Amino acid sequence: MEVGLKMALKGGGGGDHVGGCEKEKMGFEETELRLGLPGGGGEGGEVVRKRGFSETVDLKLNLSSKQDTSGIDPIDEKVTGLNKEKNLLLSAIDPAKPPAKAQVVGWPPVRSFRKNMLAAGSQKSSSDESSGEKVAFVKVSMDGAPYLRKVDLRMYTSYHQLSDALAKMFSSFTIGNCGSQGVKDFMNESKLMDLLNGSDYVPTYEDKDGDWMLVGDVPWEMFVESCKRLRIMKGTEAIGLAPKAVEKCKKRS
Amino acid sequence: MMNYFPDEVLEHVFDFITCHKDRNSVSLVCKSWHRIERYSRRRVFIGNCYSISPERLIARFPGVKSLTLKGKPHFADFNLVPYDWGGFVYPWIKVLAETGIGLEELRLKRMVVSDESLELISKTFVNFQSLVLVSCDGFSADGLAAIAANCRFLRELDLQENEVDDHRGHWLSCFPESCTSLVSLNFACLKGEVNLGALERLVSRSPNLKSLRLNRSVPLDTLQKLLMRAPQLVDLGIGSYVHDPSSEASNKLKHAIQRCKSIMSLSGFLEVAPRCMSAIYPICGNLTTLNLSYAPGIHGNKLTKLIQHCRKLQRLWILDCIGDKGLGVVASTCKELQELRVFPSDPFGAGNDAVTEEGLVLVSAGCPKLNSLLYFCQQMTNAALITVAKNCPNFIRFRLCILDPVRPDPVTNQPLDEGFGAIVQSCKRLKRLSLSGLLTDQVFLYIGMYAEQLEMLSIAFAADSDKGMLYVLNGCKKLRKLEIRDCPFGNAALLEDVGKYETMRSLWMSSCEVTLGGCKTVAEMMPSLNVEIINESDQTEFNLDDGQKVDKMYLYRTLVGHRKDAPESVWILGDLTRSEHHEPSLNDMIQDMKLKNVSGDDDFIIWESNNFKLQGNFSVYGYNPFIFFFHPVVGLGVVASSCKELQELRVFPSAVFGAGNDVVTEEGLIRR
Repeated sequence: MEVGLKMALKGGGGGDHVGGCEKEKMGFEETELRLGLPGGGGEGGEVVRKRGFSETVDLKLNLSSKQDTSGIDPIDEKVTGLNKEKNLLLSAIDPAKPPAKAQVVGWPPVRSFRKNMLAAGSQKSSSDESSGEKVAFVKVSMDGAPYLRKVDLRMYTSYHQLSDALAKMFSSFTIGNCGSQGVKDFMNESKLMDLLNGSDYVPTYEDKDGDWMLVGDVPWEMFVESCKRLRIMKGTEAIGLAPKAVEKCKKRS
Repeated sequence: MMNYFPDEVLEHVFDFITCHKDRNSVSLVCKSWHRIERYSRRRVFIGNCYSISPERLIARFPGVKSLTLKGKPHFADFNLVPYDWGGFVYPWIKVLAETGIGLEELRLKRMVVSDESLELISKTFVNFQSLVLVSCDGFSADGLAAIAANCRFLRELDLQENEVDDHRGHWLSCFPESCTSLVSLNFACLKGEVNLGALERLVSRSPNLKSLRLNRSVPLDTLQKLLMRAPQLVDLGIGSYVHDPSSEASNKLKHAIQRCKSIMSLSGFLEVAPRCMSAIYPICGNLTTLNLSYAPGIHGNKLTKLIQHCRKLQRLWILDCIGDKGLGVVASTCKELQELRVFPSDPFGAGNDAVTEEGLVLVSAGCPKLNSLLYFCQQMTNAALITVAKNCPNFIRFRLCILDPVRPDPVTNQPLDEGFGAIVQSCKRLKRLSLSGLLTDQVFLYIGMYAEQLEMLSIAFAADSDKGMLYVLNGCKKLRKLEIRDCPFGNAALLEDVGKYETMRSLWMSSCEVTLGGCKTVAEMMPSLNVEIINESDQTEFNLDDGQKVDKMYLYRTLVGHRKDAPESVWILGDLTRSEHHEPSLNDMIQDMKLKNVSGDDDFIIWESNNFKLQGNFSVYGYNPFIFFFHPVVGLGVVASSCKELQELRVFPSAVFGAGNDVVTEEGLIRR
């Protein structure tokens, strides 16, 4: 079907000229639909009037649309120079990697209402989708440090990871060992007493009930659920907390 | 012949004719049919609120009960029209109220509706039953409260995609206890909270409620209660759908949903937790309409699983995150599909999940009944469009939007002329077409040649020259609405056949090549058109030189002249001293005709179009109806010069400007 159509059109080539003596022949037919190719060769003299998409982008966003011609003009030679501006934009388009979309007013033609609804919806849903649960940012203070930090407890899966992270965060302040060994050793009664008597730092946290607890007693998940804020305090100050930990250790062993 | 039946019989027969087009045709048969039809007309459709005035509407149809009005041009949806352009409904309400019309139903699209208008409606029309507002703005919850409180027999309150200021959401509580007549309640577009208790009570006392669409603020437990109270629902729009599938609330909801065996249309999911979609499966088998286009949270497997349950679907609106694969599922499941709309979930970004030509081809192959399409996609090929055209020759609406508007066929790097050409050639019933992608004048040649039934055409960033527009104007005889942006069409195309615009509802051209001088010429040649120039830039920058290019032009036929409510940014061209009613060109034209009696009516009705058909012999006896189609400038002159023996001239409305089911009340008023 379309092949036949094409052939008819090609055969009619030359019927489309508006210039020169052809115009007299046209006369009444000028407004009739013709089967000639619109891109006929005589169009070189026509005024370049088209404002292509690239120009619109230029006008609206003051972006430069002038680009080096790549030398490849993929579109049929018969197409006039009018289309070259479009080509300039197109040749830069790599289908595998769509370019950043320049925003033209009213394009794509989506109702403002719909755009606003989707924007409002996506803000809410993206936070839901990312983790499935809320993020758990808690403040971390360290005695003697000039400012506090915040960590997202959901970023970690164990006390080990958390203490590593805290050590890195406060490395400029700590002298003692607040890291991996320190936390684990709370389970060891004797080491605990050594630590607490020293000038090392001890991680503590405030739980949902408002009590200050020593980090490391409860399973990790339970800790994340109940921890409201973290405080890294000096070992000597943590003595008041230690008995609870020690008692718990005693109960376990 | 027509005298065989008394008027009452004819009126009864006309009652069965409900379609606007048919009633228009009925009114053209003869004088007595015109009269009977006019008094028995209950529903009137006015496609452009500025084409006629409320006074003229009432003069012709004093028994009107249902009015549909459209205001702003379509491109207002895309921020191309200033917010204060016009389309105010208040003047209509005021006149209807003052003349004692018993209005029962009002349907408005793209109009400005003030709270004052809503209050006036609610307090004036005692039998008011139905309010449908689509894409309107200008009102708040206060106006809704007035409707709720005062319309005692309200059946339908349907708010679709309106911009409403509803920070005070007490309107639902304003429905009195005595209001039990609701059939349809849709407030999905409201952003604010509603009184949930009032909502539950309202639904409980509305036994006829068939359609209920909730907004985002209605939580799950309320939804469950509402469904328990209204198992007879046919159309449900869910607001918030977030629950834990293993919870008690979820079980209760499942039970409630299962009781609703009549639901055929489902929409909403404005807040959604996709894990919970399985609760919906029991009703999916009956669904004919499914709108998930506001639910980006449902995608991937959850979406396709849901669709696999919907075997009876006829209308599907979704987001492009369904992907080509998802469309494949649609194709294999929804064999009854007639309408598909795929919206962009990310209008500005690159859209990894967006659909391509593959999805469309799959749907066209699997759904042979497809007749209406709106498809936003990353790319399209000629080969795909040609295949789609072969698979689905029944398209009535075909709207394709390639997100990069000048993108060629990515496989061949050719323009998409051949693809769209195949569509218009194959789909002989095509009424609406929207084009995109790289397009030359060629596609317009095809459209002009083949799209014989085309009524509405939307063009953007296309064509090479004036020829494109000329092909369309010459070829599409049934064209009613033409909207063009960013195309190289200039004065030559605009001025080629200005009479054509009187056969159409409207023409929009923005960012084209037409100049102020060209627009002025149209306005001067065609007094029955309003030619509006919209100029939103600083007034002092826009020089009044005729050679100045016009940024936005909107012209439309009208019988009531220039409107008086245009803002500063809108200029209406033409002779500003001309009176509202047109000067009687008829008198001038028929000077040398021996006319004794030019119709018995005070008002003449002249329809002007490009086609004219003349009767050679004019019989002046009896009730011979004459139907004339005149070119506004040429026609009457031809009559005058050729029919010297003319004694009686009656001019009746043609088929509404030769263009179908559009405005009925447009009348050319010519005084004797």
